[in-house]
Amino acid sequence: MIGALTLLLVFQLIGEALARGLGMPIPGPVIGMGLMFLALVLRKGPNDELRGTATGILQHLSLLFVPAGTGVMLHFQRLADEWLPLTVALVLSTLLSIAVSALLLNTLARRTKSKGEQA
Amino acid sequence: MRPALGEIWVYLSATPLLGLTLTLLAYQGAFWLYRRANHHPLLNPVMIAVTALVLVLTLTDTPYQTYFDGAQFVHFLLGPATVALAIPLYAQWERLRGMLLPLLVTLAVGSLTAAISAVGIAALLGASRESVMSLAPKSVTMPIAMGVAERLGGLPSLTAVLVMSTGIVGAVGARYVYQLLRIDDHAVRGFAIGIASHGIGTARAFQVSEQAGAFAALAMGLNGLLTAVSLPWILPWLESLLG
Repeated sequence: MIGALTLLLVFQLIGEALARGLGMPIPGPVIGMGLMFLALVLRKGPNDELRGTATGILQHLSLLFVPAGTGVMLHFQRLADEWLPLTVALVLSTLLSIAVSALLLNTLARRTKSKGEQA
Repeated sequence: MRPALGEIWVYLSATPLLGLTLTLLAYQGAFWLYRRANHHPLLNPVMIAVTALVLVLTLTDTPYQTYFDGAQFVHFLLGPATVALAIPLYAQWERLRGMLLPLLVTLAVGSLTAAISAVGIAALLGASRESVMSLAPKSVTMPIAMGVAERLGGLPSLTAVLVMSTGIVGAVGARYVYQLLRIDDHAVRGFAIGIASHGIGTARAFQVSEQAGAFAALAMGLNGLLTAVSLPWILPWLESLLG
């Protein structure tokens, strides 16, 4: 587990260094994820240790959002003043983008699949 | 002589131990409830844990910064967890490769829908400019969203809250949208929730199935990249359109 955790941190570190060094607008961990993905393609998959550790962390991904989420208490005043536009915009926009994305991908994916079956 | 309860509290609340332990306890409790309710989306563990923590901190008059000094150890793990998303992504690579073009088209349309509809509705209903700019990147993963908001003239810490709320709305509401639209494919379900509600939606997708989780992780990563690059270009144009 320690080996896998070290590996994840090393990729994050490289990602952060690249993001800063090249002045990219993309956060370091996302670059680290891309690099890790490339490494997995080259090495034809993770070993058991890495897979186990990753599964363990990702199963409780929700936990990691709790500290930042609790920061809601810093914004009670603004939220009390603007709760209506913010709530309506947030809820409608989120559900709308889920619906649009799901419908579009469902249609496009089915078309690709049936084309593949004909060929 | 034994120290008074108040003194023990003063000591404990000054160490990182309390914030860290409270975070884990709140999450354990919330997750226990969530599991007992058969992973019902309305009992989202992030929402319950945050509510419990805000109540405790408010009742004990503890400043958020004091709490965060301890909780930051959990917060820090967001970085390695983001890197770890490469592993489920790789596991689904064969399926992903077969539908790369549909995925990219959907990503572009979904990402624009999320940003433009949020900005448009909030501005039309009279939200302040700072709030609108903080809301614009609501559908991307927290570290990217905070960076984008700052560049647009929003408030990063407000963005963190809006991002969290978006994640919860997506995690709670997606199932009903899919039932309404009769969407059954776990790849499609995962990808759509990943575009609209980033990590919290992805966490929810992983609880549904590994395939849904992997597609959500892909959508979240790609939407993070796309939004970081596109939003600073699109928003000035959108602002001029809304007057």
